[in-house]
Amino acid sequence: MSTKERESLGEFLLRAPAVGPALALVVAIVVFSVATDTFFDLDNLSTVVQQSLVVGTLALGQTLVILISGIDLSNAASMVVATLIMAKLAAAGTNGFVALLAGVVLTIIVGIFIGGLATRIKLPAFIITLGTFTMLTAVSKLVAGGQAVPVTDGLLQWLGTKRYLFGGIPITYGMTLALLMYLGVWYALTKTAWGKHVYAVGNAPESARLSGIKVNRTVLSVYIVAGLTFGIAAWQALGRTPNADPNQFQLGNLDSITAVVLGGTSLFGGRGSVLGTLMGALVVAVLRSGLTQMNVDGNYQDLATGALLIAAVVVDRIARRQQQS
Amino acid sequence: MRQRSLTAVVLAAVLAATTGCTVERHWGGNTNTGGSGKAKVGLVTKTDTNPYFVELRNAARAAAQANGADFSALAGQFDGDNDGQVRAIENLMQQGANTILITPSSSTGVLKAIKDARDAGVLVIALDTATEPADAVDATFATDNFAAGEQQGAYVKASLKGVPPKLLMVDGTAGSTVDTQRHTGFLKGIGLTDSSPEIKGHTAANGDQSLAQQGMENLLQRSTDINAVYSMNEPMGRGAYAALNARGLTGRIVMGSIDGGCEGVQNVKNGQFAATVMQFPKKMAEQGVLAAVEYAKTGKKPAGFVNTGSAVITDKPLPGIESHDSAWGLQNCWGGTR
Repeated sequence: MSTKERESLGEFLLRAPAVGPALALVVAIVVFSVATDTFFDLDNLSTVVQQSLVVGTLALGQTLVILISGIDLSNAASMVVATLIMAKLAAAGTNGFVALLAGVVLTIIVGIFIGGLATRIKLPAFIITLGTFTMLTAVSKLVAGGQAVPVTDGLLQWLGTKRYLFGGIPITYGMTLALLMYLGVWYALTKTAWGKHVYAVGNAPESARLSGIKVNRTVLSVYIVAGLTFGIAAWQALGRTPNADPNQFQLGNLDSITAVVLGGTSLFGGRGSVLGTLMGALVVAVLRSGLTQMNVDGNYQDLATGALLIAAVVVDRIARRQQQS
Repeated sequence: MRQRSLTAVVLAAVLAATTGCTVERHWGGNTNTGGSGKAKVGLVTKTDTNPYFVELRNAARAAAQANGADFSALAGQFDGDNDGQVRAIENLMQQGANTILITPSSSTGVLKAIKDARDAGVLVIALDTATEPADAVDATFATDNFAAGEQQGAYVKASLKGVPPKLLMVDGTAGSTVDTQRHTGFLKGIGLTDSSPEIKGHTAANGDQSLAQQGMENLLQRSTDINAVYSMNEPMGRGAYAALNARGLTGRIVMGSIDGGCEGVQNVKNGQFAATVMQFPKKMAEQGVLAAVEYAKTGKKPAGFVNTGSAVITDKPLPGIESHDSAWGLQNCWGGTR
């Protein structure tokens, strides 16, 4: 391959960051389908998607935050508090819809809090969300009072329990909702002025400001939209496991960052796509499922996921360097 | 400049928040050792949120109040937080505790701090989890986790009525002492070893219900031809049950668990678990506090391993397996509403 061709490959990856993770996903599915006689099965593929729903939904909001070169370490903690609030309210006899709404409002308020500090006082997102993470973890333990809260409310479980067949594949409403959310955010990012502002702010905030973009308003809106997705992730989590437990998803924040980075979104902001994130979240779930079915020890599964993550960052770096040269 | 100093303030606040332990009550004064009168009991649990440790803490506090002892409870921030436990021990010594009751996060991670405390004349009793070596502490009041696992294994074996087991195992955290003891105890009880072909798969789920559900879903994809499930604790048992239920397998599988939390006993009553093995954190805490009071009065220290017992809870009693029903279980369970 000549240098020129290689450069164009780098440019291609920059233009379409979802292509790399999509390839990785296809390769992983093919490998596991050949290596085991159990992986390639419509029910299993549906299960793998369901396993990636919570992290995938967290990662959707995380993608937006990382696109504006921020980061959210508190997303999973915010989601866990929301699950507990939803479960506690439902257990106390509150209408399921009101309980759901209360949880989502909470994660949006957290988003406003983070976005407010990021825009008004210009603190780095890493620090704000580290502090928020610590506070929310404490709040979830205080709210739970040492108890997991089982959920029996129909609406709160609805995303996991209701399913229909689509071409022989069992589809839950949780999968449908996640797909709609991804499509919605994809549309907003690629087809609206808001989306262009998000990329511009992530690339170069000063140039964005000079070209008339209201940077602060864009940043705040990103944290609010992200907060909304974390609230819906809480609903997804209760659909998967109808039990709100403060000890769940302790690494959910890092898992969501893993999915975003595997999906080809640059941690430096301004480059990436939610479709890549979708692929990234699925790659992790596919690896877990396939390796478990090959009877590979969990520690080796973590090893493989970590190696893939570093590979993704290396590809990102090489692509950027080729773009610059 | 303004931004930098603000960042520093926030960073300091975050550090203070993340490094501090949960302090329930302080007392002043110097280190009082045995024989000097009033017991000052410090409790260090693995976390302060798990209902098991909440029960242990509440029972210890109640026993301390009933016996006129001072009481202070600290905890690590997460299971495995050795550093947090070391700091908790140091804080308690600073506060003048003359007895420290600790549920060690790892059997070896806090040994140096324990040695320092004992060298200073503090009575140290391990609750729930033994240290390695066992004589690193003065005494251990705990469930014999090997025996608890063995009881679960024996029940599952008896329940299969001579049919060879086809077993899936849901383990906790790799390398944790309690997990290892329960795991090997279970295998002894059911009559298998780690290399037995009867074990059709295993997954480690860190005690997390959602991870247990995922791991079980993936194992079941490989084969649904199983008849027995080991779960290392009840939350993971519930995760495994959700995966089994989705496959319609619950009717022909014997699932055992360990813990004896009220929710777990309820799972037995509802038929989700065939049996669970109950532990008695309340006994550990009460006996620990009584030993502290005794030490403060007379200077006499307890020694060795004191098994606080474990009991099989099931509504399907089997010949040869001593057990209690779920009604008894609900009266004696820990955590939650009874």
